[in-house]
Amino acid sequence: MLGTATRIIKQSIMALVCVITATHTDDRRSAGWSAEDRRTLRSLSLASLGPLADDPSNRVANDSRAAAFGQALFFDTRLSGNGKVSCATCHTPTQEFQDAKPLAEGMGTTARRTMPIAGTAHSPWQFWDGRADSQWEQALGPLESAVEHGGSRTQYAYEIAAHYKHEYTAVFGPLPKLDGLPRIAGPIADTAARRAWQQISPSRQDDISRVYANIGKAIAAFERRIEFTPSRFDLYVEAELAGRAHSPESALSRDESDGLHLFIGRANCVNCHNGPRFTDDHFHNTGVPQSSTPLPFDSGRAAGAHQAVAGEFSCTSRYSDAKPGDCAELRFAVMEGEELLRAFKTPSLRNVAERAPFMHAGQLSTLARVISHYDRAPVAPAGHSELRALRLSPTERRQIEAFLGTLSSPVLAPPP
Amino acid sequence: MRYFRLSDKHRVTRTRQFLSMSFVVAISLLSGCMMMAKAPHDLDYARTRVSEGARYRAAIRPEGDSVVQGRLQQWTLHLETATGQPVDSAVITIDGGMPQHGHGLPTKPRVTRDMGNGDHLVEGMKFNMGGWWVVRFRVNSATGPDSVVFNLKL
Repeated sequence: MLGTATRIIKQSIMALVCVITATHTDDRRSAGWSAEDRRTLRSLSLASLGPLADDPSNRVANDSRAAAFGQALFFDTRLSGNGKVSCATCHTPTQEFQDAKPLAEGMGTTARRTMPIAGTAHSPWQFWDGRADSQWEQALGPLESAVEHGGSRTQYAYEIAAHYKHEYTAVFGPLPKLDGLPRIAGPIADTAARRAWQQISPSRQDDISRVYANIGKAIAAFERRIEFTPSRFDLYVEAELAGRAHSPESALSRDESDGLHLFIGRANCVNCHNGPRFTDDHFHNTGVPQSSTPLPFDSGRAAGAHQAVAGEFSCTSRYSDAKPGDCAELRFAVMEGEELLRAFKTPSLRNVAERAPFMHAGQLSTLARVISHYDRAPVAPAGHSELRALRLSPTERRQIEAFLGTLSSPVLAPPP
Repeated sequence: MRYFRLSDKHRVTRTRQFLSMSFVVAISLLSGCMMMAKAPHDLDYARTRVSEGARYRAAIRPEGDSVVQGRLQQWTLHLETATGQPVDSAVITIDGGMPQHGHGLPTKPRVTRDMGNGDHLVEGMKFNMGGWWVVRFRVNSATGPDSVVFNLKL
């Protein structure tokens, strides 16, 4: 009798739990997505990211030997002026390949925030101002920057000859002879190194620059393997589109779901943060405030567009493996206009909750401040902001922030 | 959204100040509302359009038959006179943008080849956002100058 009573009580409790769970689950599933919303959700899902396109400007982009070589170079501090800086100094693998600092710090302090690497092989433009049109061209910029790696082209060629001759030769063929070349020479800010470079014959300069370009191509072969993995948002979309009940791994809280509604709806975030990487790969002036650190005026894409076209290692350069018709982004780039002034690249929002501070010079310390900035839409320090005030409530701002947290997932860099 | 500054050289009465400020506020609100408004529901999204001055009939044929978001695309622009004669020799320039957002195209597309029979290859078309876009072809040929505008929904 007592046993039966206990069983009945247990069953009642179980039933109650089931009702509560079902109600709760139902609450989570009552997202109410329209057909258009569902199309948008699908477009944002990592499952919509197609296979990585070839990089015609880099013939070794998909060569695993080049990737292994590039991985070694990526972590090698000998590729710097003081022997202490590698790509990984700022692009730290344990921090989503960024450094969590407002301004990158190599041999000195730069004027911009380190950008993460995952998924950037899908983007036609690199850097905040898009002044490089490939990952390999991007990799070469910091190597010669006095405040980043702070090295020079002949120094790097000597380092390759001394430590990577076999790896280099296997991928790119024989190294040029370096006899008699100065240890430090290159078209860089340092006057002595620049003068030494100018005294080298044009054909030998070209040989060294080709080695330099190949260093970038090997690093890019490694970097293009660094990709996002599905986040809770992706699992949510997958279950939602399939009409499946959500598992704990795919469920969004009410705040997260409401934040997603705002993100693709009234808050207009999806205008620029679209597609499976949550970026339109374009440049926008969003009225980001000046940095509290005194920095030179930064015109963003207005200068970046011209630097991209004139780039010594661009898609159309002599060091590129592309055919002229392959470089369409460069051929049809917008070069003039007020829209370019202080416009910066839309960053991916994947893992955004893991990488404060934000904006191109780390001006905003928290995600809450970023959302508040977009809500208020202040007048731009220069040029014209594309933003319009949203008039979100504090709850809505919090919900958007909650949603952004669902975009976090580990970054994978599969070994070559 | 632009802000107007009253000239210091001209003293204005309180009434005129009030009216001016009201105008600024009204314009600001109006433009704000326009930015938030949905695309007009009666837009013509046809891929064959008559030019504004009725000199030309134009048709667009995107590569793959659908306009895509987020990557460069080639289009064919077919151009003929109002009487149906193909127009091959023409100077054609392209612009456009998102009327609700107030920005232009993310690229600078152009006609790169005349393919004959009134067909012109357009390269560099790209749309980086969803929503209502317009693309305008300005045409000048022996038939005269005119513009043809296409609405797109991405």
